Amino acid sequence: MRTEEGHLTGQPEKRVTYTLDSSLDSVNKVEQTAEQMARKAGVDDDEIFRISMAVREAAVNAVLHGNAYDPEKRMTASFENTGSSLVIRITDEGKGLDPATLPDPLAPENLLRGSGRGIFLIRSFMDEVHFKQLHPGTELTLIKHLGAAPSGA
Amino acid sequence: MSMKISTRQVDGVTILDLGGRITLGEGSVQLRDSVRDLLAKGQKKILLNLGDVNYIDSSGIGELVSAYTTVRNQGGELKLLNLTRKVHDLLQITKLYTVFDVKDDEASAIASYAHA
Repeated sequence: MRTEEGHLTGQPEKRVTYTLDSSLDSVNKVEQTAEQMARKAGVDDDEIFRISMAVREAAVNAVLHGNAYDPEKRMTASFENTGSSLVIRITDEGKGLDPATLPDPLAPENLLRGSGRGIFLIRSFMDEVHFKQLHPGTELTLIKHLGAAPSGA
Repeated sequence: MSMKISTRQVDGVTILDLGGRITLGEGSVQLRDSVRDLLAKGQKKILLNLGDVNYIDSSGIGELVSAYTTVRNQGGELKLLNLTRKVHDLLQITKLYTVFDVKDDEASAIASYAHA
């Protein structure tokens, strides 16, 4: 894990965008970048865990459900500290995702399902989550307000 | 980055000591294969020791659920031991904490299995 000292909490930074292939290595890279970004912004360890996990889940969605590991399709991941928020955008080139159609993983009939918890965890761990349909694909924007009360469990 | 698994037997219960990460493409498949192998050998009393699991994602959570239902459907019992706070919190928010039989002491966990 990388730690960097001397950065002011909430110090704005330019947006950095990566274009990545549809692989688990890309998922791990995106997760690690989110972790480093959150650490640099001065959030505590529990929040770093929540942010990096939410971003990992978004990247897994993009690579697995969106691009279906298609080597021709790319995921992009952008990271920006606006000074008041951490903003992470993940895009894929898949068929698109309608969040309204996702089953509730907390419903009794879904509790024992082996999948379907990713978006729920993203929403639990971030302050704002926005879906945007691309043509083709989906853009997920994850926002964590700096200085806000901890979200999630 | 990957998960470590070791297996031991105590009083007819198979304990899987897991460590590292249970995530998509890393620990999830290893966990699935290990549980499947145990069931194939007729070992249906399974205790997953998660004390050294420092990270689990939604795929890993799903794999725990699948392992639980697979073992139960074959007449066995799968329980969890030594949850870290992160894993505990994840099972709480996904409402799975009460689905699993969660133990925090190995000896009493072993004793809790039905003995034929």
